[in-house]
Amino acid sequence: MNKILKILLPSVLGLLLFVGLWALVSQTSPQLPGPIKTWDSAVQLFSDPFYRKGPNDQGIGWNILASLQRVGIGFGMAAAIGIPLGFMIGRFDFLNRMTAPIISLLRPVSPLAWLPIGLLVFKAANPAAIWVIFISSIWPMIINTAAGVGRIPQDYMNVAKVLNLSEWKIFTKILFPAVLPHMITGIRLSIGVAWLVIVAAEMLTGGVGIGFWVWDEWNNLNVEHIIIAIFVVGIVGLLLEQMLVLLAKRFSYE
Amino acid sequence: MEKYVQIENVQMVFDTRKGPFVALRDINLNIAQGEFISLIGHSGCGKSTLLNLVAGLTLPSGGAMLCAQREIAGPGPDRAVVFQNHSLLPWLTCFDNVYLAVERVFGGSESRAVMKKRTQDALALVGLSHAEHKHPHEISGGMKQRVGIARALSMQPKVLLLDEPFGALDALTRAHLQDELMKIAADTKSTVIMVTHDVDEAVLLSDRIVMMTNGPAAVIGEILEVNLPRPRARLELANDSKYHQYRSAVLDFLYRRQLRPAA
Repeated sequence: MNKILKILLPSVLGLLLFVGLWALVSQTSPQLPGPIKTWDSAVQLFSDPFYRKGPNDQGIGWNILASLQRVGIGFGMAAAIGIPLGFMIGRFDFLNRMTAPIISLLRPVSPLAWLPIGLLVFKAANPAAIWVIFISSIWPMIINTAAGVGRIPQDYMNVAKVLNLSEWKIFTKILFPAVLPHMITGIRLSIGVAWLVIVAAEMLTGGVGIGFWVWDEWNNLNVEHIIIAIFVVGIVGLLLEQMLVLLAKRFSYE
Repeated sequence: MEKYVQIENVQMVFDTRKGPFVALRDINLNIAQGEFISLIGHSGCGKSTLLNLVAGLTLPSGGAMLCAQREIAGPGPDRAVVFQNHSLLPWLTCFDNVYLAVERVFGGSESRAVMKKRTQDALALVGLSHAEHKHPHEISGGMKQRVGIARALSMQPKVLLLDEPFGALDALTRAHLQDELMKIAADTKSTVIMVTHDVDEAVLLSDRIVMMTNGPAAVIGEILEVNLPRPRARLELANDSKYHQYRSAVLDFLYRRQLRPAA
């Protein structure tokens, strides 16, 4: 009991301090709603998360799910292409040197810069948003998977050589398990990026989604809802991250 | 003498940034079937290079190497290697680590059940039947090294190659494993080449000790035949005058004739 208290106490204290500061700031600036007002609004909002009153007025639950769906599709496609590509880049030096300049050139590009290209090619907002998620979340997976392949200890490759294993056995018994932790790191970073980007992308594309919802509430000047949205985005991001941390733990061998 | 492993006029030159580096030259060595050979010398004398050549992990720059009348053209399961740092795959259990090797060698000709039996026998040989379902990180360093030996033996290699197999272990574990290796080599009549820097280990285990001069361009300085009756017992040898003669012969070579200039 005492132990749990010791672990929890600092976090609880930190949160209380944060809420206290927020309350203080909201006292001095009348436009910013305080914690209590926001809480009341959140209780009301979450009492009916799944209502539909037309395309531009749906419950917070639908908005979150819509964003998660976009992230899921964009990220899923990025993983399906990025991870195999990362393996090949790591395994074959020629391919590595061939792709290196393209990757270094495109990786630092701000995700939203890709949005007009998406709109142009797909002629619709939703696929364009998915495209932005795809292109911005693919890089960490390519780079980390390739780095993981490059960092396989020579000992393991010597085992493969001495046993004269087939390429398939090398892949399933050595390459894949050795790279898995790096791959999961890449996936974690990618999910993080995807979730960061979706809010911004949806602000621009509209429709249903947590990003659009923030923008819509800004137009309604409903600041409580904007603050709630910030917390929702944070909590969902945290949950995604924790899921992958658990996954990483499952596949660590030390 | 029967020539099971033949090394003739082998030389090894590495290309480095500073130009070619001659690691080994004029290496001639014939090894009989069932013989236990130690390669000993100071660090950097090329003894591991020679072992890697026999393993086929590197190919010689010159000369010829044969194993059982066949040219050594690359690594193969007929020459099993036990690495210094065990090199077990951490995501596989001890059983699966050995099974991977068994499957590679016997997968084409034997049923799963037979291969399973082979794997269990190999682990039993090194006294690790109880640990077959453990992962490498759950067992001690000595046990890992024993799994490495089991993996090598399970392939029924023509030659067993050991690269400082006990170098990373504490003295007590090392002595224990040396005794076990001696027994296993006798039981399986294995041909063994072992790289070591431990004089006692070399004298205790070997039929012949190959002493190498300091690099670069190392050659075989001297070959010492160890005529101690087998089975050998560590404790009895401690008072054996012949054992001490061999021991001082190796020490003399290493520390008087090949004393390494202060690094």
